[in-house]
Order: sequence, then structure tokens, then C-alpha cells
Amino acid sequence: MSLPPELYEVQVEVEAHARHYGLDFFDTVFEVLDYKQMNQVAAYSGFPTRYPHWGFGMDYLRMSKSYAYGLHRIYEMVINNDPSYAYLLVSNKLVDQKLVMAHVYGHVDFFKNNMWFAGTNRKMMDEIANHGSRIRRCIERYGYEAVEEFLDVCLSLDNLIDIHALGIQRRPDYYRHGEGDGQAGPRNAVRRLRSKSYMDSYINPPDFLQAQRRRLEEQDVRKKRFPEDPERDVMLFLLQHAPLADWQRDILAIVREESYYFAPQRQTKILNEGWASYWHSTIMTERALKPEELIDYAEHHAGTMATSPGRLNPYKLGLELLRDIEERWDRGCFGKEWEECDNQQVRRQWDRKTGLGRQKLFEVRRIYNDVGFIDTFLTPEFARRHRLFTYEYDRRTKQYVIDSRDFEAIKRKLLFSLTNFGQPLIVVQDANYRNRSELLLRHEHEGVDLKLDWAVDTLEKLYEVWSRPVHLETVVQEKPKRYSFDGTERLEESL
Amino acid sequence: MSIRIEQDTSRFRQIVRGRVRENLRKYMSSGELIGRQGRDLVSIPIPQVELPQFRFGHQQAGGVGQGDGEEGTPLGFDPDQPGEGDEAGNLPGQHILEVEVSLQELAQMLGEELELPNIEPRGKENIESRVDRYTGIRRVGPESLRHFKRTYREALKRQISLGSYRYDQPTVIPVREDKRYRSWKTHYEPDSNAVIIYMMDVSGSMYNQKKEIVRLTAFWIDTWLRSQYRKVEVRYIIHDAAAREVDQNIFYHTRESGGTAISSAFRLCRDIIRKDYSPTEWNIYPFQFSDGDNWEDDNEKCVRLLADEILPYANLFCYGEVSGPRGQSQYMRILNQVGGEDKERVTTTTIKDKDGIYGAIKDFLGKGR
Repeated sequence: MSLPPELYEVQVEVEAHARHYGLDFFDTVFEVLDYKQMNQVAAYSGFPTRYPHWGFGMDYLRMSKSYAYGLHRIYEMVINNDPSYAYLLVSNKLVDQKLVMAHVYGHVDFFKNNMWFAGTNRKMMDEIANHGSRIRRCIERYGYEAVEEFLDVCLSLDNLIDIHALGIQRRPDYYRHGEGDGQAGPRNAVRRLRSKSYMDSYINPPDFLQAQRRRLEEQDVRKKRFPEDPERDVMLFLLQHAPLADWQRDILAIVREESYYFAPQRQTKILNEGWASYWHSTIMTERALKPEELIDYAEHHAGTMATSPGRLNPYKLGLELLRDIEERWDRGCFGKEWEECDNQQVRRQWDRKTGLGRQKLFEVRRIYNDVGFIDTFLTPEFARRHRLFTYEYDRRTKQYVIDSRDFEAIKRKLLFSLTNFGQPLIVVQDANYRNRSELLLRHEHEGVDLKLDWAVDTLEKLYEVWSRPVHLETVVQEKPKRYSFDGTERLEESL
Repeated sequence: MSIRIEQDTSRFRQIVRGRVRENLRKYMSSGELIGRQGRDLVSIPIPQVELPQFRFGHQQAGGVGQGDGEEGTPLGFDPDQPGEGDEAGNLPGQHILEVEVSLQELAQMLGEELELPNIEPRGKENIESRVDRYTGIRRVGPESLRHFKRTYREALKRQISLGSYRYDQPTVIPVREDKRYRSWKTHYEPDSNAVIIYMMDVSGSMYNQKKEIVRLTAFWIDTWLRSQYRKVEVRYIIHDAAAREVDQNIFYHTRESGGTAISSAFRLCRDIIRKDYSPTEWNIYPFQFSDGDNWEDDNEKCVRLLADEILPYANLFCYGEVSGPRGQSQYMRILNQVGGEDKERVTTTTIKDKDGIYGAIKDFLGKGR
């Protein structure tokens, strides 16, 4: 489906503006969809060819309903792919389409250049279609119910990935595992240098030998542990070691791959949306907007940036932070001198005419994700100006109340909610637990408990994969606990 | 772009229906569904069907917001519920999902869950109605019934066979002989109409709680009978010492007090049947609800009225005793002693509390009458 001529003209115009500002993006293919199609595509996270699963149907129904009640509409979707695909809502006004296209070019530039996306598959359109047909083939062969049941299991576990794995190679020697061990000869034999007997205690000092022996023993113990070090990529671990049929392994691999593909988008929500919003507003207000479109543009932009009272809007937060950075680097409000200046008067009027703002922004879009972005650029001034606060659940009144406007607290909370996309960190601790090949997971507790009913339900799903009893160590209200499921019974123990 | 969402939504609906069926018992004893039915649909709230994951419990986590307020000011919204747009933090909330289920389908679930037999309407050989169904095709007819596709197909066939169809200029022009019209066939179908006559005791001893039970029970009876008959009428009678006919609203909400004379309701019921519902054309279902707190001598009258003037015309007579602490009433014992050939058309049951509704429905409708 190609764009109607009037939209094509807009696209050519907006694309030229975007290039003028130095945005660097993949070719972008726009398609116009009606709201039904849009909701469908959105339900599949932008990939109409995804594998069949009821969860997508549920999302679709929910979106349709909230669209019908006027609660939300999706103006645009854009897919991280080369070429990039972007979907426009047919009922958008022309000025909306213009804004949305400018926004889309911002996103595509971000996809292409942000380093957190560097590891993502840029042919994901094809890959996901491929996944879809692989799973459909499984369905034909093994039946809908069996495949669906296993998909449910995999989707329950799909947040158990190592989000940094895209960027670093944790196991360079995984496939050569075992090769290096051969040369040591008999285990625990400490190698001595050859020496005459009267020189021996000098050439091979007993202390040293003792230390060597200990080191080897330690290594041995480590080798007996499995996995040797706690494994964060639980899905990979299961893929490699769980007793699964080939088709199950295939499905698990598919779900894991898609989870990794979507991870950077969740890691960069604030920055990515901020970046796209920065560009749509810059392009529109400086170049693309016609006088008669001003009101419509302003309304749309304000709608996107709206914060309902008390809530944080990632679009708004991202955009404002970026503008703050631009201003600070234009005026030179950074560096040692600035940090050490505590005269408010001077600070307010600070202007070194450095003019580095735009340049800094491009640097930010290249190297940061949300965690780094907030950690580096959220300032006390910004938090005060935007009236940020932290909230807590008050057990007494049974409602959420504003807790503090302390900058450090705000930053900590915000970072916490973004780290590991606001999800608990769970590792494979021991796959041969109690020497009975039971699986022990450990929740790295950082102050917030798990949602327990779900955690236990998830253990049951995990059992479907591991086929031996599974355990989870966590902390509940400051007491260490272990939850287990052995195929029939749930068990809870205090440690 | 081919999109396959249909498959996934229908699978999801299937799962949801499974949930509703599993929890039917719960729905039956809670008033949740009532007041949610439209003409053909009931909207059923179910907790979100979600796959469990290792996630944080939200309450401890708290978060960051933006806006005015002192420390300690309540937020005025629930951060677990997502608002408009996407919120930072990616914490999905617990949603309540509303699913719409047609009454027909709900009845089907009810039937399957309670193993209710389908009802065989009485005297179907007598009661017939003409139904026209547009199933055939013929060559003559009014233009309004012209079958567009068939007509053009005929025209195309004709043109091809005559050799006048030109592939480079594919124009098809039907002439009169090509035209095809929809035609109907008349079927005679057993006309199965039913009337439900609810009689409720609203004397002083029938508390609101008891009325609530009656209301719930009636909802499920309605649902089932409506799925079994083409047309269902419902009449409502309330009585204390005297009976009167009321509309649905009053039936459920009235608060009366006074003595009890069940026979008054029976008399009115008999009059309604005589006046409006010829037993040759209607399947008649009198349902009676009371706590059985009736006068001894009135009990006698009731049994006579029932045996002589109601039972011969009714498919089924059901009595639900919304019992108090005193156990089975004298009235119910007497009803159970109604003898004769109509004996099997009398069903009595006790409904102690809301959980008893499930059993009551099974008793009432389990006979397939």
C-alpha cells in the first residue's frame, strides 16, 4: 500500500527537514491504517505476522474498547527495522500526519544510532514472520493446545533475560568449554619445578605449594557447581540445559529472541520518546508548520505532553530533560567551575556562550539508555522546576501518598524503576540443587519483594520446562524464604 | 496486509468463556451479573487473564510522580492502574476485564454446568406457526428480491456461451432471462411460547436478603427458559394477605408487610392463566417463592387450587422455600404430598442462602419440562 499523493508530499518535505538537522535514519516506509488495523498491528507490537497467541487477541480487545470509549488512540507506530516501517492512522489530520512523521524520523534515527540498539536484528520483520510460520508449523504438527500451553509457559518466563547481553559477551569461551581443562593432568596435582632434593624447599616452597593446592581445590568446587557462576540469562540456561523436545526448544528460543529484540525499546522509553518529541517540535515549529496549522499542532503536541495530575509522562520527561541539556550546554552550565559555583545569582545568569547544546544532544542519543540518561542529567533544579516527587503506599490509610521532594530520593526511585526495566533480577543459582538436578533460582533482593502469588504461579510454569522440582529463594518482609514446586505441591520454607 | 487477529481474539474469548464457566457457581450466588444484561448480552467482569511472571509487588515499590502537593498528600489515583498514555516504569496494572457474553451462550453454559436437559415443549403437534425462510432461488420475483451475484453469474455464463463476452472489455449486462430472485419456502414449526409467572411472598417475614435470593434465582430461570423457547413472557405477582400483579421493578423492590395468604396468589395466577394463556398455545411455568410461613387453613386452600386449577395447565410448578432458621415449613410438607397424576410436575426445594441457588436451579430445571 503506497501513500496517497498528499501524504507522500508531506513525507518528502519532512524527510528533507529531518536530514537538514542531521538526523540519520533508515529508509522509512509509511503505511496508512484505519483504527481497527492500527489496533491490530499494535496488539502484535507492530508485527502483523507474529505467531498466534491469545494474549494478542486480549490486547486487541482492550485497545478496541478503550478506543471506542475515547480513552486513547494510537497516532503512530514505528518498527525498529531496516527499512523501518511506520504506521499512520488514517483519520489523522494532515497536520497530525506531518507531526507524526517528524516524530517517526526521530525514532528511526534513534533506532539506528543509539548504541543499545546496535545488537538488535534489523531484519526483524522477516525474522518475526519466520517465527510465526515456525510456530504455526508446530501447531500443525503437535496441536494447538500443546503449543499454546508451552507458549504460555515461555511467555511467563520471558522477562528472565540478561538485558546487557546484547552489549557484552559474557561467555567468550562457552563453546570451547572443557578444552582448557585437559592439560592439568591428574586433578589437584600441584606442579613442582624439577629440583635437586636439597634445593627443593627453596625452589618449591611449601607455603606456595599449599596456596596452589588450595586454589586448585577451590576451582574444583567451582566446577562442581553448575552453573559455575550465577546465570542471569535464565532463558538461555533453560534453552541449553532443560530436557525439552526440539519443537519446545525452538519455541523457547523464539520467545527469548523476541524478548531481546524488544528489550532496548523498554530500556530507552524516556530517552527515545523524548528524542522523537524534541524533533517533532523542532521540525514543526522551525520549518514545517504553516500558520493555519498552528492551533491543531499546538493541541496535538499539548495532548502528547499532558501530565494528568501527579503522573509522570515519559514523553514530557524525556523532552524536558533534553531541552534542559541543550540549554545547559549552550550556556556552558557544566564542568568543574559550574559544579562548584553556589551563588544562585551567578548560576542563573551563567552564560559562557559555549553553544554546544545540539552537539551534546546527539552524543546523548548515541550513548545513553534511560538509566544513564536520568543518572547523568537529572539535576536538583530540574526536579524542583518540574515538581517531581516520590510516592509511597501508606498502609495505614491504604492509599498512595506523596512521600518526599528530596532530590536524592526522587532520583533513586526513578532509577530503581528503570533498572532492569523495573523488573526483579533473578538468576539461576544451582541447577543441581541438593545433588538431585533440581533447579534453584535466586531473587537478588534489593528492597522490594516479589508479587508472591504470581511468583509461585510462575514457579509452576517453570516446572513445565525443567521437569524436576524448582525452587526460588527470595526475601519476604525482610525474612529470607524459599518457595518450591515439585510438580504436585507448593512448599514455603523460611531460611 | 493480512492480519490474523480474528484467530487470537476468538481464542481469547474461548478462554474467557472457560473462566466464566469455571466460576459460574460464584456468579450464580453473587449479584454481579444482574443489572448488567442488555437485550441480548450480559457483560461479565472477570479478573484479567494474565500470565504470571516474576514481578515486584507494587505497593512496596512506590514511584515518582509530578505535580503539586505536600508530603503526605494522597495521590488521588492508583498508580497500579495505567492512565492515559504510557506511564514510565512499565508496571502493568491489574485490570478488570469486561467480557460480553450473549444470554444464549450464558444459558448454554448454565445448561452444561448443571447438566440441564433441554425442555420438550408440550403439545407441539397442536401448536404450529408458519415461518417463511428465504432459502431458494427462482426465475421470477419482485426486483427487491433480486439476487445480484447469481444474476450476474447467469449473464456471464450466457455471454460466454454465446461468445459475446470480450475479455479485454469485460462488461456483463444481464437481460431479463438472466435475472434470479430469492424465493422462500414456508415451514411449519412448533410454536413454543412460554410464560413464566413468578409469585413472591412479600409478607413481613421476607427480608430484603431473601428477596435478593429470589431475584438471583429468577434471573437464572429467565436465562434458561429464554434459551429454550422462542418467545418468553414473564408476569409477576406479589402477595401478602392479598395478591396483586406488578411489574418487574416493583416485584423486586417492594417492601410490604403484613400477613400471609398464599392462596390469594394462586387465585390470581389462575385468573391470569385463564385470561391470557391458553394452555394449548403456551407452556406455562408458575414459580413460587415464599418462606412458607402460611396459615394452616390457607395451606389447604392452596393445595386444592394448585391441584385442580393450576397444575393441569402448567408444565411445571416450582416452589422455592427461602428458608429461615426454622427448617422446612408445614406448607412445603403439604405441597410435597400433592398426589395424583400431576405429582411429578411439582418441584419443591429449599434455598438457605445464596450458595443454595445453584442447587435450586438444578432442582427446578433438571426435569426437562
